[in-house]
Amino acid sequence: MIPPEFEYHAPKTLNDAVALLNQFGEDAKILAGGHSLLPMMKLRFAEPPHLIDLNKIEQLRGIKEEAGMIKIGAMTVESALLNSDLLKEKVSLIPKAVKLIADPQVRNRGTIGGDIAHGDPANDHPAIMMALDATFLLTGPDGERSVKAVDFFHGTYMTDLKENEILTEIHIAPLPANTGTAYFKLKRKTGDWATAAAAIVLQMDGDKVSMVRIGLTNVADTALRATEAENLLMGQALSEELLNKVVDAVTAVCNPAEDLRGDAEYKTAMAGVMTKRALIDAASQIR
Amino acid sequence: MSKTLVSMNINGKKVEEAVEHRTLLIHFLREQLNLTGAHIGCETGHCGACTVDIDGDSVKSCTHLAVQCEGSDILTVEGLAQNGVLHAVQEGFYKEHGLQCGYCTPGMLVRSYRLLQENPNPTEEEIRIGISGNLCRCTGYQNIVKAVQYAAKKLQETATAAA
Repeated sequence: MIPPEFEYHAPKTLNDAVALLNQFGEDAKILAGGHSLLPMMKLRFAEPPHLIDLNKIEQLRGIKEEAGMIKIGAMTVESALLNSDLLKEKVSLIPKAVKLIADPQVRNRGTIGGDIAHGDPANDHPAIMMALDATFLLTGPDGERSVKAVDFFHGTYMTDLKENEILTEIHIAPLPANTGTAYFKLKRKTGDWATAAAAIVLQMDGDKVSMVRIGLTNVADTALRATEAENLLMGQALSEELLNKVVDAVTAVCNPAEDLRGDAEYKTAMAGVMTKRALIDAASQIR
Repeated sequence: MSKTLVSMNINGKKVEEAVEHRTLLIHFLREQLNLTGAHIGCETGHCGACTVDIDGDSVKSCTHLAVQCEGSDILTVEGLAQNGVLHAVQEGFYKEHGLQCGYCTPGMLVRSYRLLQENPNPTEEEIRIGISGNLCRCTGYQNIVKAVQYAAKKLQETATAAA
């Protein structure tokens, strides 16, 4: 399979990339790792006349701590996230989750920004970003603006990005010590998308929940933040009875598409199971 | 049809060719350079038969454009043996019967080579995770894991002998 013909552009600076995107508008697609876009082009699900490759723009790569925030360049590849000591220490959810994304070769090319900006509800980072309450920096011809992860995803392949904007950076507040994090993903094999997955960030005060965020993968037309379930947990101890209520609140917001991974009922039930297991795992990390 | 002149190092040799923008690296290697070692399997980034090494990273060449490789150092399975002597991973696959039909083997070899560069003494679990992006439909992976273990041992012995 060979993609349809296109013009290839490899700008070296973000300004040049934004200018190209502004010039070609909806005739252009951004090429990040290419592991979603190139297969879609081969299958003729996408036929952009222009590809703007961001791989030569060094300023879009890297993970740093600056002004009290963890800042991740959108073109940072998954294997860099997996091996980052800064993330292991301060945003442990990301390396834990990335271990469950794709395979070693794909992680060498797939980027966090591509995973997010593609808008595929099967991708893992959207729910992870919701659980981390991340903020996305979008850059267009008129400058930068920021959008919260929870407001970014509008529908399958639809996001808050305008046609002349590029997702450039992800900002995450470092997690305090003694925060529990977990990503539980049910998948059929290495490299598969989730049948259902749950991302958890949890803090406890004694045996009571003092902060919790829950993100869900691939159980609706976007990733979901399970706020009802979070509200049930706040201020409470993690009893079996409460966890079962949380599972009910999670499954109530799921509306997955049926596919070879299972029917809607099965995927919905698995979203509940993944959430419960992830909560128990996150709680077990807290001293 | 636009073409761009690209230059890269492939298996230590400088290559300069005009490529169509839409040409994938795997097609460039196989059809333009006649390097048919890397195989085309699933064509969608799942099976790993097309794995090559780009600038020290294992990459699936069916999901990478040739034009993106400007200035890169590329290693394919053809570049593993030196002066007619098999590389330790090739010897391991041969000694431990790490293949049956052989279709996945070029990808397995190049991936195993890189895995042992990154982690010279992997556990069995690390080997299995390390080759999890390469599918084999014949062997059940058992002898492939043994082949990588054989190569790891041999490379370490060689390194010790040289030191």
